Amino acid sequence: MSFAITLLILFVALGISWRYFGSYMANVYQGRVRFLHGFEKIIYAILDVDEESEQTWKGYATSLILFSAFGILFTYLILRFQGFLPLNPLHFGSVSPALAFNTSVSFVSNTNWQNYAGETTLSYLSQMIGLTVQQFVSASVGIGVSIALIRGLARKNNPNIGNFWVDLVRGVLYILLPIAFIGGLIFVGQGAVQTLAGPMVIHDALNNINQVIPRGPVGFMESIKQLGTNGGGFFNANGAHPFEDPTALTLILSVFLILIIPVSLTYTFGKMVNSVKQGLALLMAMFIIFSISLGIGVYAEMQPNPAVAQSHYVKQVNGNMVGKETRFGVPDTALYNITSTQTSTGSVAGANDSFTPLGGLVLLSGMMLGEVSPGGVGSGLYTILLFALIAVFIGGLMIGRTPEYLGKKIQSKEVKLAALGVLIMPITVLIITAIAVSVQAGISGPSNTGPHGFSEILYAFTSQANNNGSAFAGLNGNTAFYNITGSIAMILGRFGIIIPVLALAGSLGAKQTVPTSLGTFKTDNPTFTFLVIAVIIIIGGLTFFPALSLGPIIEMLLHGRFF
Amino acid sequence: MISNIKRSILSCVILLILCGLIYPLIGTGIGQALFHFQANGSQIKQGSMLIEQNWKGPQWFQGRNDGSVITLGPDKVLISGTNQPGPRSKQLEQSVVQRAQQLIKEGIIPANDLVTTSGSLLDPDISVHDANVQVPAIAKYHHIKSSALYSLIKQVTVHKQFGFLGNTYINVLELNIKLSHLIKTVKK
Repeated sequence: MSFAITLLILFVALGISWRYFGSYMANVYQGRVRFLHGFEKIIYAILDVDEESEQTWKGYATSLILFSAFGILFTYLILRFQGFLPLNPLHFGSVSPALAFNTSVSFVSNTNWQNYAGETTLSYLSQMIGLTVQQFVSASVGIGVSIALIRGLARKNNPNIGNFWVDLVRGVLYILLPIAFIGGLIFVGQGAVQTLAGPMVIHDALNNINQVIPRGPVGFMESIKQLGTNGGGFFNANGAHPFEDPTALTLILSVFLILIIPVSLTYTFGKMVNSVKQGLALLMAMFIIFSISLGIGVYAEMQPNPAVAQSHYVKQVNGNMVGKETRFGVPDTALYNITSTQTSTGSVAGANDSFTPLGGLVLLSGMMLGEVSPGGVGSGLYTILLFALIAVFIGGLMIGRTPEYLGKKIQSKEVKLAALGVLIMPITVLIITAIAVSVQAGISGPSNTGPHGFSEILYAFTSQANNNGSAFAGLNGNTAFYNITGSIAMILGRFGIIIPVLALAGSLGAKQTVPTSLGTFKTDNPTFTFLVIAVIIIIGGLTFFPALSLGPIIEMLLHGRFF
Repeated sequence: MISNIKRSILSCVILLILCGLIYPLIGTGIGQALFHFQANGSQIKQGSMLIEQNWKGPQWFQGRNDGSVITLGPDKVLISGTNQPGPRSKQLEQSVVQRAQQLIKEGIIPANDLVTTSGSLLDPDISVHDANVQVPAIAKYHHIKSSALYSLIKQVTVHKQFGFLGNTYINVLELNIKLSHLIKTVKK
């Protein structure tokens, strides 16, 4: 009952945000929000950017890639030299080259995969000027790309798709910073730590125990970690740590912050193409996949944990509590972890690794379907638009008409780009997983044996190629092999999609629009919603079913076998 | 190209100052001013209200962690949530059996949360049910009435936030502090 109320409140809050915040974001990117314009102008002056001038897709892509490359370089250098920099109360040395590279790629690509325990590896300064900065800018880059694609769809005879630098700055100033700041205050008010003082040293005379508890500037990192669908936490345990997510309120706030931008962007899209119903059709596809996943996932976690049941000592009336926190309980933890894998967040409020086999399958499938329900900030929208184009193409083939989307003829070039964008992720995941299970360096990674060991490897690359960053944390990823293969997966999964999307934006924008006629295939109704869902599930299912059947599916079927 | 390289470097620097220094430092300042207790880790005399302390039974109410799974980093720093066993892990089954047998030896009927560990391994809380199952053993150990312990549990029960969020739970540290006061008064 109380879980139903939680969901209802979340639904209403997101509905209101969808309408008003979605509209606000459209205004931001159309240059109509100007309350920080004075400050904005100073930044443009320093960068020597003319805010009125726009770039072609090649210009946009070049700027984006250069900016990201320097982001990786900056973060890498900060991590490598943290031993010589201030705000390092526990005197951590420099991060090793392979780990520093993996971590900087991870945060620049909005993945936030972490092959380290934050509290014993990174200084406060590294967390702040290295990771937190990228949590802002990688999110802003992602939103910018989705806006560029919308512009391509909305314009005609115009090869320009916007200005990368302007989109970047506006996203940070008008969208991310204000919400993250308010969110951060709530996190700290609830008990998330936010201090530059070193660890807390405890001596409790009652039970004669000594503790050294790490602290840091956590609360304000927490809010941008969720809002930017980043997912990389300050501590090893991520959102399960009481200093990151102290109460059920911060848990539900996290879920809201994760969803607000990806959900609202469908309204932004509808508004910018002058048809809110077009955005609603995509939102419904996202909503249906999300709801089904959530239903199955929560049900799965309310079931007993097989290994605990095998011990015959306890009845698990409150569900699978292995790896879950008492203050959250099972349904709320499942809600959080499922939300974070249906988006590109990857934060966890409990151990993914200890989910039941069916629960684990739900986590994996959220990512394998391409993270479109509702997906990461920006990336969710541009990925589902790729699926929409493929759906239009398939629909066109079925009824024998030239496919059109929003008045744009979808021709060979667009379909190829969309297919490229959709297929790069499964290709990356399957090939790298195949390599990992074929070499000793890969096989020695997982801590669990049997099919769960395979699931851990498959999960790791699915997560990284989708820029999710969550883990079946039993995998020891801090080895040269996993650091490097993981970095490759993250780079391909990020830029391998962004570049075709930008090319598509340029190609669509340059086209003439054709007037709608009676014969036009409608893309703003439930039929289209279901066609998009079907395309997403068929592509995801066909590509991943064989791999899944070796991991979580076999685990489900092996009743009574333990490894 | 050259101008874009220059822009990349400059924007990295500007955004680093804005998002990496100004944002978290203003946040720290305001957080410390408004929520001094929370921002520093909810510390009371005996420890942090938010971090589990490996209480040993049956003299104390115990939490979800017997201390065997905690790992310490350099300078004995607590490391949160490490490797978690999968749902078909023999090792998980064995650890549940061990923990359950330990509890039975202490006169406590094993309960779900007590035989499993949390994701952070630092879970400071237990459910009301898990506190109640420990009462007979603790009452026997200290020679106090069970009813007094049950009423302690009632006093410290934290209900669902706003009536519907999360779980109803008990903070083990708070409960044990109350227990220590109770033992003192009984001994007098």
